[in-house]
Amino acid sequence: MRKIREFFIEKIILLNGFACILFVILIFYFLAKDGLALFKFITIQDFLFGTLWNPLAEPPQFGILPLFLGSLVVTLGATIIAVPLGMACAIFIGEIAPRWMREVLKAGVELLAAIPSIVIGFIGMTMLSPIVKNLFHLPTGLTALTGSLALAFMAIPTMVSIMEDSISAVPRSYKEGSLALGATHWQTIYRVIIPAASSGIIAAIMLGIGRVIGETMAVMMLTGNASVLPKTILAPVRTMTATVAAEMGETVRGSEHYFALFAIGLVLFGITFLINFVADMARHRKKK
Amino acid sequence: MKTKHLLSGILVVAVLFCINSLVFAKESENSIQIKGSDTMVNLGQAWAEEFMIENPQTSIAVTGGGSGTGIAALINGTCDIAETSREMKPQELELAKKNGHNAREFKVAIDALAVVVHPSNPVKQLTFDQISGIFTGKITNWNEVGGNDQKILVLSRDRNSGTHVYFLEHILRKGNDKGPEQFAPEVLMLPSSQAIIDEVSQSQSAIGYLGLGYVSPAVKAVAISKAGGGPFVLPSLDTAMNKTYPVARPLLFYTGRDPQGTVKNFIGFVLSEKGQEIVRTMDFVPLGDKA
Repeated sequence: MRKIREFFIEKIILLNGFACILFVILIFYFLAKDGLALFKFITIQDFLFGTLWNPLAEPPQFGILPLFLGSLVVTLGATIIAVPLGMACAIFIGEIAPRWMREVLKAGVELLAAIPSIVIGFIGMTMLSPIVKNLFHLPTGLTALTGSLALAFMAIPTMVSIMEDSISAVPRSYKEGSLALGATHWQTIYRVIIPAASSGIIAAIMLGIGRVIGETMAVMMLTGNASVLPKTILAPVRTMTATVAAEMGETVRGSEHYFALFAIGLVLFGITFLINFVADMARHRKKK
Repeated sequence: MKTKHLLSGILVVAVLFCINSLVFAKESENSIQIKGSDTMVNLGQAWAEEFMIENPQTSIAVTGGGSGTGIAALINGTCDIAETSREMKPQELELAKKNGHNAREFKVAIDALAVVVHPSNPVKQLTFDQISGIFTGKITNWNEVGGNDQKILVLSRDRNSGTHVYFLEHILRKGNDKGPEQFAPEVLMLPSSQAIIDEVSQSQSAIGYLGLGYVSPAVKAVAISKAGGGPFVLPSLDTAMNKTYPVARPLLFYTGRDPQGTVKNFIGFVLSEKGQEIVRTMDFVPLGDKA
């Protein structure tokens, strides 16, 4: 009796494990099916390197270069802001803060992760964008920088909690050895602990980037969505995610525009897949 | 033992769900699903609430998502009425036919679009040609249309909005659906009418467009002339109703077949005097005398 039960439970768990992978494959299949249909109408070069995104023109133009660069600028900006902040925060929580403060800070950072992106977008629109506008004397506060700032806030909790885990996982003996050799606390942190935790830190950064590049709602509300080739971080940009979100509602099913949005989804899927892959490589590097 | 309790608990919930959906399925003749244009969500909701007060046995659910979303739902048979602020495209009509729906169109209200600028902007009136020039990027400075020497910040709704499509086809392309005119890449695409109000009220160099119902004292509507020399007309309920204001569009209902039962009653209510009075209170323009 017990054996039969064990058998069934084992099989159910196995099935669940496979189901997760199956879903990913199915999602990829449907994305590819509709996304690749676009290339019956236009060439891959026109799609990837075209500089005009005009889906409602006659004939429509589907160049995603401005959208791709828009995503890139926003993501890079967010990463540049989030990485130093996140790392400082993780080091403080993991190494410097006293135990009681550590618990409070960890809970606080995790709470930051729980804020819905629409709320961040809303706060960004009403508080952040006027500040950016007045600070730089711009005609509008809806710029790539505004988006980057808001997204940095969303990436920091992901980064901090993974970085902190890997910093805490550095063996105590490393730290003790370094201090015994006469290194100061700070020297120990940046010469011993950070290098020892580097694989986890890189994984944290990559996962943070993955979160930022896939984010939609906040960037749509904050970046102004003008599909120009970005020249400065103080100009409006349009990201790939915002384009899909903004235009999906109005496309005619089975039209070129519809396929083009799926093709963008395919590009995004490829990018996040690559990022996760790199993060995974970094995380497992140490274990070899 | 604990797991068993949990499992039976889940089972009970699941069974309840099934019964629930069965009951709802039975009531479906009295319940209507309405989907579509974000411009019309509030209007649809107001109609639905009033109708449900008069007919308590009915239930009407109104959701937004964009005109295209509503039409797609109609094609897939997941809604009874699609609210749209543009007409169905031939491609969509064909798809609907393929799925066995014979789409019927009902004009239910009129929406006037206002072109708005910052209250401090000295520009009071614009022609279609000037507006088209501004939004397509040919005119980039306010001094070209009689304003200050200041770069124009152009704001538009994003492409999922029926308002965007209407503005593109009727003003930028001046009624020629397939015209070559485009929104310039520099145009900011904002996700909502409220976002346009916020930006225009904060930026002295901004110009945007939105439904008459959204115009607030924080922004200034400009008078518009279709022909070059005038007359220039300010948007208002009266000018939209007597058709002197040139930028007004019909708001439509689409059904998948000839309306029957509750759907028919609901459309009848919408077109009745009471229904059109609701249109007025929601800041849209009533159809008037059998327009």
